[in-house]
Amino acid sequence: MSLFPEIIRIMAYVVGVLAFVGLNAAFLVWLERKVAGHIQRRIGPKEVGPFGVLQPVADGIKLISKQLVVPAQADSLLFRLSPVLTMTLAVTVFVVLPFGPSLVARDINIGLLLIFAFLSINVLALFIGGWGSNNKYAVVSAIRAVSQNVAYEVPMLIIVITMVMITSSMNLNVIVSQQGNLLQWHIFPWNGSILSPLAFLIFFVCTLAETNRAPFDLGEAESELVAGFHTEYSGMGFGLFFLGEYASVFVGCALASILFLGGWQCPLGIMPGVHWMLIKTYLLVFVVIWVRWTFPRTTLYGLLNLSWKVLVPFSLVILLVTAAQLKMPWPF
Amino acid sequence: MVTANAHLPIVHFSSLDKLLNLGRANSLWPLTFGLACCAIEMMATGVARFDLDRFGMGVFRPAPKQSDVMIVAGTISKKMAPGIRTLYEQMPHPKWVIALGNCAIAGGPFVFAGQYGIVEGADKIMPVDIYIPGCPPRPEALVEGLLLLEEKLTGSRRWPRVNPE
Repeated sequence: MSLFPEIIRIMAYVVGVLAFVGLNAAFLVWLERKVAGHIQRRIGPKEVGPFGVLQPVADGIKLISKQLVVPAQADSLLFRLSPVLTMTLAVTVFVVLPFGPSLVARDINIGLLLIFAFLSINVLALFIGGWGSNNKYAVVSAIRAVSQNVAYEVPMLIIVITMVMITSSMNLNVIVSQQGNLLQWHIFPWNGSILSPLAFLIFFVCTLAETNRAPFDLGEAESELVAGFHTEYSGMGFGLFFLGEYASVFVGCALASILFLGGWQCPLGIMPGVHWMLIKTYLLVFVVIWVRWTFPRTTLYGLLNLSWKVLVPFSLVILLVTAAQLKMPWPF
Repeated sequence: MVTANAHLPIVHFSSLDKLLNLGRANSLWPLTFGLACCAIEMMATGVARFDLDRFGMGVFRPAPKQSDVMIVAGTISKKMAPGIRTLYEQMPHPKWVIALGNCAIAGGPFVFAGQYGIVEGADKIMPVDIYIPGCPPRPEALVEGLLLLEEKLTGSRRWPRVNPE
């Protein structure tokens, strides 16, 4: 591997990932408002371009041209750092996501570990944003976001350990290539663990909570905390938070589809490729949006109780049952 | 409905300005707050039958830092006026104000000799762009007011004007 093509390759992937994150956020803004509209018996964006597809463009132009306010009492460095950090971490995760058999920026054998390492730092970005704003609502929201993320990281990682035990690999491309057709998907109980449908459910709920989506969006509870950790952010600072949030939603759903639904593999075993990855991931993203506009927000206690009293015990049971099953295959 | 404060900027960057104004006009996010009964009509405008989100205005932001247009919906009591002024000052530029209903325009039915509790019109405490009369105005009137604000920004109207006869 000579140096020059490697640089070209890196640049192509950087541009590609950034373009994809931007387009993904624009598409999800449009999809979210359209789906929200139809769920609430409205139409949603309609007048700005055909079917309102130019709505994210208008929002983007508006946000970019809006005045950026840094409050006088805020910690200037932390306040400016937080949206950039959120965005950077969400983009970095795309480095190891396999979109196709060879369409992956870095095919490393600890991809899963790297994704969870970066997603865990993401909560730090929210926290320094809330802390740096010097606003009581932002601080309360940041504390909530941290407690929520710590609580939901535990069951999520236990499920991931279970999946790593089944697949015996942390390389996402290897995990995907084990699931050649519909019957080999890890979501089904006859592949690996008999409790894997439950594992998928727990993973998906944890993804909702990790990305601060409703019904777990305690961090930006409008009814009590103004706008949460981004209360003081105007213009593109706020826009970057949303870009990062939509990128994290995509990453969470992409991980769910890679671990359980076969990633870029076709359900019928023919023509695997990037289109299956996108179809599966966006179907899961649609479910995330659907959940958001269907269920009301939980309370903070309900949220933490769900994690520590329900999800953690159940995921530990899944871990033990899977371990037993892998060691003594006969009773199953 | 009357547009006030119609002033032109001193320096023009023609095409860029047009693009920015088009973007702003199609993404006017209102500030979530209501003062009195006009707010009920504002909420009705946001939901199923009238659907402000068609024009990209349905994102009611709870924080003043992220909103573009302040809809003063209701009676401004003297106790509330400093808070409203603070919210207005917390909104980043460019920002617009809509006075919705008779109370926000000029005090409405609360204007009489010796009244002591009501600010007689939102324009006593901040500049107002669009005045929408009615007690309270119908949701159609609020939609028309927001379209007028768009017209003020872009210089062209979204749909042909309908004559009342």
